[in-house]
Amino acid sequence: MKAKGNVFKYGDNVDTDVIIPARYLNSSEPAELARHCMEDIDKEFVEKVQAGDIIVANKNFGCGSSREHAPIAIKAAGVSCVIAETFARIFYRNAINIGLPIIECPEASRGISVGDEVEVDFDSGIITNVTKGTSFKGQAFPPFMQKIIEAEGLVNYINNK
Amino acid sequence: MGMTMTQKILAAHAGLETVEAGQLIEAELDLVLGNDITSPVAIKEMEKMKVNGVFDKDKIALVPDHFVPNKDIKSAEHCKCVREFARRNEITNYFEVGEMGIEHALLPEKGLTVAGDVIIGADSHTCTYGALGAFSTGVGSTDMAAGMATGKAWFKVPSAIRFVLTGKPSKWVSGKDVILHIIGMIGVDGALYKSLEFTGDGIANLSMDDRFTIANMAIEAGAKNGIFPVDELAEAYMKEHSSRTYTKYAADEDAVYDAEYTIDLSALKSTVAFPHLPENTHTLDEIDDIAIDQVVIGSCTNGRLDDLRTAAEVLKGRHVAKGMRCIIIPATQRIYMEAMEEGLLKIFIEAGAIVSTPTCGPCLGGYMGILAEGEKCVSTTNRNFVGRMGHVDSEIYLASPAVAAASAVTGKISGPNDL
Repeated sequence: MKAKGNVFKYGDNVDTDVIIPARYLNSSEPAELARHCMEDIDKEFVEKVQAGDIIVANKNFGCGSSREHAPIAIKAAGVSCVIAETFARIFYRNAINIGLPIIECPEASRGISVGDEVEVDFDSGIITNVTKGTSFKGQAFPPFMQKIIEAEGLVNYINNK
Repeated sequence: MGMTMTQKILAAHAGLETVEAGQLIEAELDLVLGNDITSPVAIKEMEKMKVNGVFDKDKIALVPDHFVPNKDIKSAEHCKCVREFARRNEITNYFEVGEMGIEHALLPEKGLTVAGDVIIGADSHTCTYGALGAFSTGVGSTDMAAGMATGKAWFKVPSAIRFVLTGKPSKWVSGKDVILHIIGMIGVDGALYKSLEFTGDGIANLSMDDRFTIANMAIEAGAKNGIFPVDELAEAYMKEHSSRTYTKYAADEDAVYDAEYTIDLSALKSTVAFPHLPENTHTLDEIDDIAIDQVVIGSCTNGRLDDLRTAAEVLKGRHVAKGMRCIIIPATQRIYMEAMEEGLLKIFIEAGAIVSTPTCGPCLGGYMGILAEGEKCVSTTNRNFVGRMGHVDSEIYLASPAVAAASAVTGKISGPNDL
């Protein structure tokens, strides 16, 4: 499984309130949530994002609320992968549970700039910056989580058990 | 190698003698919680699972509290979805308007959370119940769905940071100042994936409401949970509120911690977190004049009786500044009633504040106190992220009920000693 796309780059502590503001949480429809994704941190995100694009951020991405609407909005906006130095723990669980691939890799986070074209190979954990011709080794998922991801989320994982 | 208090609770619920940090386990759940925002997503996910209803109708709590009483049609539809699910599955602990409160104030009050429990909730502030010596942590809706269906959840066993609390806080210093001080010290990701374990003789000087506030904001340091030892005060609280049997766990003498800090509570000062992160803390004495437009006193962090008593002590015989909006939200119906019986509501209304029915409302920018562009609010809530309470260019200053009430009187960030 691979992802390839252009990068949107953000800093530290991108919180769930800017990923999807609570004023839109009276809906739980993925398409509706996607229309407001990243609205309070990057007004142009929704207009510019293309299917397959990749979000790269620094530390503690997804901090704050437990709203699963946050990874749902990102996935529904077409983002194929989020790479960060670290993730907040609830966001990390939620992303895996809904099947949004995420990878922790401090080196990639530092070595990738906005607009770069990046390819991620989830099997090997290799992140390639096509634009700059560099590559990084991301943290692979532990086997337990790989099973959840292979089942495309926790619901199928439980159904298969 | 010894286990931390959190590790001991997790081991017991996973049927294991011992666990160690980093180990993946599956644990039995004592309670699964959801609210009006997270439950509809969980219900949808659960319906995709090949299961016959919920694992235990007595071990699920559904508390519509965020946009309740329904703020608009879409919110009303969400609440209807939760209500119908609760009816269909005969959920014992569904709390309708009239009996509901803000979930993390309500559940301990109803006796649903006790020491030794493993609790997950589809709300990040589920870590609040650590005040009673339970392991409780926030999860998302899919985890909630799996928890409701199977009564189990997977966890990566956390390591811990130990905070030894000593001394007695001074008059206007509360649990809120303690936790803001800690977050300021270690940062919003200072405890990422870890437990915060509190010990020390200073805990005896913290009320249960102070401890709930401290455990509640463990997540604002990135922590998986925050947990307190079970002392006489915690036992008295549980005996008063719950008929459930509780189990006291304590960390092993030789438990290993990633870091250890000692905090002298008597040295702490009133603390305020500036926009836009809870780690941007300043003590009150180093803050210049900052004019504000609104004060909010309430939420799962600071909407309990002690908090309202403190606010009333400050507001009694005084009036909120001209042009100031002061919004006070008792966290549960019982707290509301007690505040009424103690005469606190009269003090608030005479001071020019308003008192609302229990709701999360303004804390997450839902309703009941949304900020306009450029407005500033002193709030006893838990997050001051960009746009959290309204306009993307509004600002939230997190503080204790004492500071919030005093600021309402002066119209700028102040403490009771400034009045």
